[in-house]
Amino acid sequence: MDLSINGRRCAIQSDPERPLLWVLRNELDLTGAKYGCGEGQCGACTVLVDGVAHRSCITPVYTVAGREITTVEGLADGERLHPVQQAFIDCDAMQCGYCTCGMVLAAVALLRKTPMPSDAEIKQKLDGNLCRCGTYNRIVEAVHKAAGVIQASNREAQHA
Amino acid sequence: MPEWRRRDFLRTLGGGLLVMLSAEYDVAGQESGGGRRGEHDLPSDVAAWLHIGRDGKITAFTGKVEVGQNIRTSLTQAVADELRVPPSVVTLVMGDTALVPWDMGTFGSRTTPTMAPEMRKMAAAARDTLISTAATQWSVPKEHLHAKDGFVANGDIKRRASYGDLAAKVDWVNVIGNADLVTPPTHWEVAGTDLPKINAREMVTGKHKYVSDLKLPGMLYGRVLRGPSQGSKLISVDTSAAAKMAGVVVVRDGEFVGVAAGDERTAEKALASMEAKWEEKPPANYKYVVEKFHSLGSESVQASYQVAYIAHVPLEPRAAVAQWNNGKLVVSTGTQRPFGVRSELAGVFGLPETDIHVLMPDTGSGYGGKHSGECAIEAARLAKAAGKAVKLIWTREEEFTWAYLRPEGVIDVTSSVDAGGKLASWQFVNRYSGPAGLKTPYDVDEGRKIERFEEREPPLREGSYRGLASTANHFARESHLDEMAAKIGVDPLAFRLNNLKNERLRAVLVAATERFRWSKQKATASRGFGLACGFDKGGHIACCVEVAMSASREVKVERVVAAWDCGAIVNPNHLKNQVEGAIVMGLGGALFEEIEHTDGRIHNPRLSQYRVPRFTDVPKIEVILIDRKDVPSAGAGETPIVGIAPAIANAIFSATGLRIRAMPLLPALARA
Repeated sequence: MDLSINGRRCAIQSDPERPLLWVLRNELDLTGAKYGCGEGQCGACTVLVDGVAHRSCITPVYTVAGREITTVEGLADGERLHPVQQAFIDCDAMQCGYCTCGMVLAAVALLRKTPMPSDAEIKQKLDGNLCRCGTYNRIVEAVHKAAGVIQASNREAQHA
Repeated sequence: MPEWRRRDFLRTLGGGLLVMLSAEYDVAGQESGGGRRGEHDLPSDVAAWLHIGRDGKITAFTGKVEVGQNIRTSLTQAVADELRVPPSVVTLVMGDTALVPWDMGTFGSRTTPTMAPEMRKMAAAARDTLISTAATQWSVPKEHLHAKDGFVANGDIKRRASYGDLAAKVDWVNVIGNADLVTPPTHWEVAGTDLPKINAREMVTGKHKYVSDLKLPGMLYGRVLRGPSQGSKLISVDTSAAAKMAGVVVVRDGEFVGVAAGDERTAEKALASMEAKWEEKPPANYKYVVEKFHSLGSESVQASYQVAYIAHVPLEPRAAVAQWNNGKLVVSTGTQRPFGVRSELAGVFGLPETDIHVLMPDTGSGYGGKHSGECAIEAARLAKAAGKAVKLIWTREEEFTWAYLRPEGVIDVTSSVDAGGKLASWQFVNRYSGPAGLKTPYDVDEGRKIERFEEREPPLREGSYRGLASTANHFARESHLDEMAAKIGVDPLAFRLNNLKNERLRAVLVAATERFRWSKQKATASRGFGLACGFDKGGHIACCVEVAMSASREVKVERVVAAWDCGAIVNPNHLKNQVEGAIVMGLGGALFEEIEHTDGRIHNPRLSQYRVPRFTDVPKIEVILIDRKDVPSAGAGETPIVGIAPAIANAIFSATGLRIRAMPLLPALARA
């Protein structure tokens, strides 16, 4: 099976029904996607498939063959963090950090569709991602902050 | 994983020879479990706690562990402060039993009040010794020198020496920590500031390796056979189908049955192929008798409050990676008690503790739920039988069912007041849930006060939780206070202040209610306001909440104002984060979290069945921090959780007139 992950192609041998999460973690050592519940309830396993947030723990790997998969490992541009990653740091939007990779990717997907979301939109769209440490309000703040940064850099790019 | 010994570790840090040898001796002394210091006394010498490399890099060692409470950051601040260096040159080694001084565990909000002062003592003594060493070398009075940014300098003659060069001349095992040299909070420079989370970058990039992310060469993936209910006994099991599967190792050791395989899917299939018979042993049902209460005042209230079993639900379930090397065991596991787990492993495998190495990478949360070593033991059993490293990650269902729960309980309270609205008597009996936070902070004569906790043999496995029973006891006490205030027609805030001398508790109560504009808030059928306060473990909390009520009795907590005082503040932003997090976690237990169970069976062991707080549940939260530089810092991981549940119950009462005396409140409200 051919997978395209973070802009690279890789051929894997796997049971086609095997959840993408375990292929990423155990075959490809991409452990940013976490196991939290195995039933798509917590969002710790979130990855992007063609830019859209997916629960990799309930995504059979065959369904994503040939599609563009982005994991948290593929988000930064070299040493330069994605604005969402940077905003999570700036807003101290984590405690144990176990939900963070999934949160960051869910937020990236949200901002792609809704560049300047309201509080209510952020809460609604991220409601499937759990943070047991309870840093939700900080995550909302981080998403707003990242939205502003992305918009500003888009404006700059347009003027350049 | 390489089996680190402290000498190898320090060699990689480029340490001086004397430091290496003394450190090795030190650890050997601790690991004997007895030895020259007696059992588990903390080492008093700097060598056990600190290492200053030739390059000036500082490594500090602690048995405390990081589970999201941000002590990696706050302890780094303490060490950097005393050594007068930027925090970036300090690295903390945490929870690695081969490298750090023995520690009981990370619980009870003990890190900030006990570990931070201990590490400050060591770092302060190190600073003083570096200065003395330079003074001797240059034959100048010590008072002319100062330590700053990695150098001891003499302002008069413009001479300086690096910490690294000076440290190499010191026999650190003979340097004893010194509390007299510790910097008071009024002079802190690194502590008291918003140092960002030390390894936040690793968290947002996925580079941080939690235990469940670790992988060793040739490692197998394990699964364990479980019975249908707590207390069930294995009668028989047919493992023949599993044993025939390619690459599957079946392990049977008494009651323990497990499998290990080259990938997680094969292990799962092998486990599913087993046919087991179990005998279930339902736990005894307990009945309790309400005892007679007596009241002394003119008005009295008697009421009974309940709390349900709830689960911690750490987002990273229990996980362990175990490997045996020549009869010695190395286990990485997410635990709040690495040395406790080492003892458990020693007991199970009949090994001396010196042959067991437990490592604890920063872990995906605990909340008091990761004290025990069962996952580490299971992984070690599998690894021993397989002759290979084995990783075991508990499923969410296992975490719900086979870890332990916060106890349920019933709390009976009877109180009376005199004509002046002062509490005249107070009887408070907690059955089963625990004694934490049992004692009332309100003024009642000792002779007119009964406060008691009664234990029982629990029907389910239970244990620690953030704040322990403090949540239950505050729920009962603060709900009860409101009931009495309502009965005598006094405002809940005025009633509390009339019965409270504790200055710090009064201060948070006043701060929270002022910000909340308590006196201006008027409850309606669709909007309620409630408050609660409490203190435990050196922390003082007051919570005001505003709830919106729908006609169908749906409750939405819309706003929380909390004031918090735990002494001198180490990291304001992280402290706020802890208080906010505790309130969010407390919201779940207050409103809807509940383990459903009968006869030792857990009926809702999944996130689709057990509701925890999500984004849309979370109110606006304002936290007011009171910085008391004149009071030693207390911990903040637990006590901020205790105010939210009674404040919500009191808010619901203010809107509806319904007094809900059971947590979680929502199902109880629906029944009311």
